[in-house]
Amino acid sequence: MNPAEVLRFALRGLAANKLRSALTTLGILIGVASVIVLVAVGNGSSEQIKKSIQRLGADSLTVTPSTTGRGGFRGGFGGFGGSTQQQSGPRTQAHDLTVADATALTGSGDTPSVKSASPVVTSQSVTAGYEGTSATISQFVGTTPTYFAAANKTLASGALFSASDEAAGVKSVVLGSSVASDLFGRVDPLGKKVDVNGIRFTVVGVLKATGSSSSSFSDPDSIAVAPLTAVQQSLTGYGGLDQIIVQATGTDAVDSAQAEITALLGQRHGVADSGTADFTVSSQASVQSAVSDSTKTFTVLLGAVAAISLLVGGIGITNIMLVTVTERTREIGIRKAIGAPRGAILAQFVVEATVLSLIGGLLGVAAGVAGSLFTIAGVKPVLVPSSIVVALAVSVAIGLFFGGFPAGRAARLRPIEALRHE
Amino acid sequence: MTPVLDVRSVTKVYGSGDTAVHALRGVSLTVERGDYVAIMGASGSGKSTLMNIIGCLDVPTGGRYRLDGHDVGGLDERRLAILRNRRIGFVFQSFNLIPRMTARANVELPLAYGGVRAAERRRRALAALREVGLEDRTGHEPNELSGGQQQRVALARALVTAPTLLLADEPTGALDSHSTEDVLRLFDGLNRAGRTLVVITHEADVATHARRIVRLVDGRITEDRRLAPVADLARAAR
Repeated sequence: MNPAEVLRFALRGLAANKLRSALTTLGILIGVASVIVLVAVGNGSSEQIKKSIQRLGADSLTVTPSTTGRGGFRGGFGGFGGSTQQQSGPRTQAHDLTVADATALTGSGDTPSVKSASPVVTSQSVTAGYEGTSATISQFVGTTPTYFAAANKTLASGALFSASDEAAGVKSVVLGSSVASDLFGRVDPLGKKVDVNGIRFTVVGVLKATGSSSSSFSDPDSIAVAPLTAVQQSLTGYGGLDQIIVQATGTDAVDSAQAEITALLGQRHGVADSGTADFTVSSQASVQSAVSDSTKTFTVLLGAVAAISLLVGGIGITNIMLVTVTERTREIGIRKAIGAPRGAILAQFVVEATVLSLIGGLLGVAAGVAGSLFTIAGVKPVLVPSSIVVALAVSVAIGLFFGGFPAGRAARLRPIEALRHE
Repeated sequence: MTPVLDVRSVTKVYGSGDTAVHALRGVSLTVERGDYVAIMGASGSGKSTLMNIIGCLDVPTGGRYRLDGHDVGGLDERRLAILRNRRIGFVFQSFNLIPRMTARANVELPLAYGGVRAAERRRRALAALREVGLEDRTGHEPNELSGGQQQRVALARALVTAPTLLLADEPTGALDSHSTEDVLRLFDGLNRAGRTLVVITHEADVATHARRIVRLVDGRITEDRRLAPVADLARAAR
């Protein structure tokens, strides 16, 4: 018995019951395809998150206020999206971040790695109106002009507000691309006045779209940027700052900038006295590692769900092979009577199971790769090549493992009993 | 010359203790090359058990059994399979062809398990099918053949390995009288050509074709009657 012979017997066995073979294959197909697609979705969403973090600028750092016991974690998402900065709770011994802090970061010679420091106040979900149309701006930011460079925002048209505008509290605003299109449609928004909580801001510029708008996170283009003083007057009041966005002199200066900021602000806030810092400095690197940790968990979770369906497919193979062995007991008896060795019977049934799972696996890879071409739940899946290899290898291993038990049972049948079987 | 079959006081017991069933109570039988033996007996006489032991499908509880000079007792399953493949050709009452395989593929099967190469296999399978007169049915599957034709395919399968012993278990039990005649005529021809045949049957008509009749009752041989002398092999070869 050579391998080609064994394979021929196995294929003949499978062809004898095409519908059953097809359904069993389907089980493995679904398992393999779901592993590939779900891992790709997890991977895709993590790529997407990374990209939106990078959008903020690789050389920027975010300083956020924090209180004892809430410190470390909060910085993680502080510089990004719509975290709630207006937290209530005990702030004993804590100083707010102030405009003076921001000025000190650039003004003094103690922080050579800092290029600029922009104080930021944020108002969430602000409604803006223009001639009857209204739109919700998820982030209304008050800051200084240096913010645009630090946060990696570039103009599409118009101009930025100037430092003197900021100082004078002029009510001018730069709109994010989706706010501009929501409010104005095809009309040129430059010079128009927008109504925000009853206060009129003049549109001086429109930002470039930053890319895809994902549903999983807030739209980064739903933003409006106005001078700090104007926003404090009209929306947020004169409390502490929500953040200070610091731009380092270069991407390799981020670490030294982080150390300098921590030292300077620590000194100003009297951290040496209280022993704990009332602010957090986070760089994109730390944000990224926190985010990639959480998305990794997400991917593993999706993969585990898919692996279960692969396992169920494997049990399907065992089940159908057991039925096949029972059904073909007589045939096994005949083969043994005319001199088939135990190994030949074992090989025939193991190969049958493996062929089923291999075909299912290959079709599953095809289906998985095809499925990954579509956008699923707002996420563009990104294929992980290793997931294809692993899913295929596991499906073959499942064939061998789950087919082995029924095959062993077939091989152990005694010929006289098998022949008597009807 | 070594006898093909040399069975010495073989016993077979199924189960143990109070429920033990003694299927064979000491059977001794020697069959020379070229003989044609009919083993007769009512159901429950132990003739199927004897056939299983002779056919190396089962091992005896006690006694000794030599097939073509090889001691079968104490062989493991793998060696028994090789022995069945090379030295014994089986013909069953219910044909036992493998469904959805052509006549030729069925006949080739023992050669495939014996490790014969494809071209050689094909040649020998076609020759065996010609010998039973089915050269025009080689591509048919069992369900496209009549009972008599199926039994002839099974006979070709049994002959294709050129076994020392052809063992038939009620070979005409499922056939009409016309097909029975065909199969028995083939048996006669094979025996005249020098083949050793052991046929298990309960039909007296079938037994009259044999050269020797062995009657089994309750696991013991009660009658061993010779009807014709063993064929002269030298003359058959000439």
